Amino acid sequence: MSETEPLLVLRDIRKSFGRIEVLKGVDLEVRKGEIVALVGDNGAGKSTLIKVITGVHKPSAGEIVFKGQPITLKNVQASRLLGIETVYQERALADQQELWRNIFAGRELTRFLGFLDVAAQKRETARLMRSGMGLTSRAITVDSEVKGLSGGEKQSVAIGRALYFDADLIILDEPTMGLSLKETERVLAFVRSIREQGKSAIFIDHNIFHVHDTADRFVILDRGRVVGQFHRSELTHQQLVDMMIALHEAGQVA
Amino acid sequence: MSSVASDTKDRSAEPQHGPSFLWRNRFQIAIIGMLVVLYAVFLIGDWRTYTSFDIYRSFMISIPFFGIMALAATYVVTLGEIDLSFPSIYGLSGWAFSAVYVASGSFPLAFLVCILVGVVGGLINGLLVTKIGIPSIVATIGTMFLWRGLVNVLTQGQGIPIAQITGDPWHKLFVGQIPLGGSVVIPAQFIWFIAAALFFGVLFKRHRFGSHVLFVGDDEQSARMMGIHVDRVKIACFVILGVSAAFSSVFLLNQMLFFWATTGDGYLLTTLAAVFIGGTSVFGGKGTMIGTFVGVLIIASLEPGIISIGLSGFWTQFVYGLLITISVSIYALMLKRG
Repeated sequence: MSETEPLLVLRDIRKSFGRIEVLKGVDLEVRKGEIVALVGDNGAGKSTLIKVITGVHKPSAGEIVFKGQPITLKNVQASRLLGIETVYQERALADQQELWRNIFAGRELTRFLGFLDVAAQKRETARLMRSGMGLTSRAITVDSEVKGLSGGEKQSVAIGRALYFDADLIILDEPTMGLSLKETERVLAFVRSIREQGKSAIFIDHNIFHVHDTADRFVILDRGRVVGQFHRSELTHQQLVDMMIALHEAGQVA
Repeated sequence: MSSVASDTKDRSAEPQHGPSFLWRNRFQIAIIGMLVVLYAVFLIGDWRTYTSFDIYRSFMISIPFFGIMALAATYVVTLGEIDLSFPSIYGLSGWAFSAVYVASGSFPLAFLVCILVGVVGGLINGLLVTKIGIPSIVATIGTMFLWRGLVNVLTQGQGIPIAQITGDPWHKLFVGQIPLGGSVVIPAQFIWFIAAALFFGVLFKRHRFGSHVLFVGDDEQSARMMGIHVDRVKIACFVILGVSAAFSSVFLLNQMLFFWATTGDGYLLTTLAAVFIGGTSVFGGKGTMIGTFVGVLIIASLEPGIISIGLSGFWTQFVYGLLITISVSIYALMLKRG
């Protein structure tokens, strides 16, 4: 994989909130077709780093290069236009709205003057439900509200939405949190399918086993710094777990 | 509503089904049912009044005075926000209309200034709520007193007669009578109300803007993460209500031919009652323009209805209260089940 060109490069990214420096110079690379896992304890700066990449936070210093071009992200819209999609931990769905509104929230399909192409939104949602989301239950239709879905189904909608817009980089923030075993398995299969489509992903998960099974590379973050990077072949499950424990206790990678 | 137990989700056997047409539109069906029952009562109570055209004509004259605002307020309520200041914006923009008309004799100029006041009033509400971060109920209590107070200061409590406006060709455009043959005459303002209902209805459910309003009202954080400009959407809703208040005052003034310092004051609760009877949720994220439309018809019919079936006017508020309480209870129960 190392010979393919990098899709995303972060150089010396710093981010402070007031006097608290959350990111203290992070370097990170994501190549095409690669799934990179960000690992680290709470407060390591994972979520902040992700919000820098998606344009939610402006970095205090540092450079972001995407597809070979240095970029500055003004807002979420800007990162989406470039081809960066995010599946947020909070899922970013609206409970009382129909699926066809949720999928296209913020970038509706319109005919003219902003009038919705409802038929197209429903059609595309139905197609996506069958192909991308694996929501084949007859019980759920494009007119269903999100409210009635299970946690796993909601996550499927959030991931399906990210896939629909044909992003090059998909960021998944704790996508398996609160899911049952079976639902988790489906989400991890989704993540692997991202690689099969030749796209890249940044994947955050607290469960080391999920991470080890799914990601190509692990980037270990601790208190705002990258303290280690390993290819999957370099580490076994157990070594990764031991390392995380050592990091937690000693504050450094052995 | 058949239950489907064939799928193998790890959820217990809770029945799920694609929502049927009736289920999806249960709020609208409930309120239309309410209107039908109400009119059945009125017809039984006073057959002659309710089978003649006159009472409907009087409804058509007075409904637009608050009905357009109720339609617009549906947007603000769907956001999960509230606006208490629109009757004061009504008063201030109505004053602007009357004062400019008397001073300049130009209807279009008076109208333009009036609408501008509505825009500014709505804009200030929107900015207070989004940029300063004041909860809308508090912010609009402030602006409610502010604009009504300004009207009082400007007029010193004096009214402005504008009887000369009946000679203006524009006057007919707003409150002219359109004969349809026989005794059937449609007031122009009712055509405007219908047009506004169609416009607001399509904007709400079939336009990107309405979709954003629903999403923001449902889950503001999600809306932000999806790149929806939450503040812009909120400000726009307050402006829509401000402009609607200004627009409505033009109908009232052209009909009454006199501006009072209290113009607009009585419309706060009736307008909001129409929205809530209609089934728009105060929690945000769910609203219905058909519901508000029918809610307006119900609110407007109550007072004359109560009197014509032989009760005294003192019953009006009691019946308002009864209807509002019953309808919102029905909606709350529906939501619990859904």
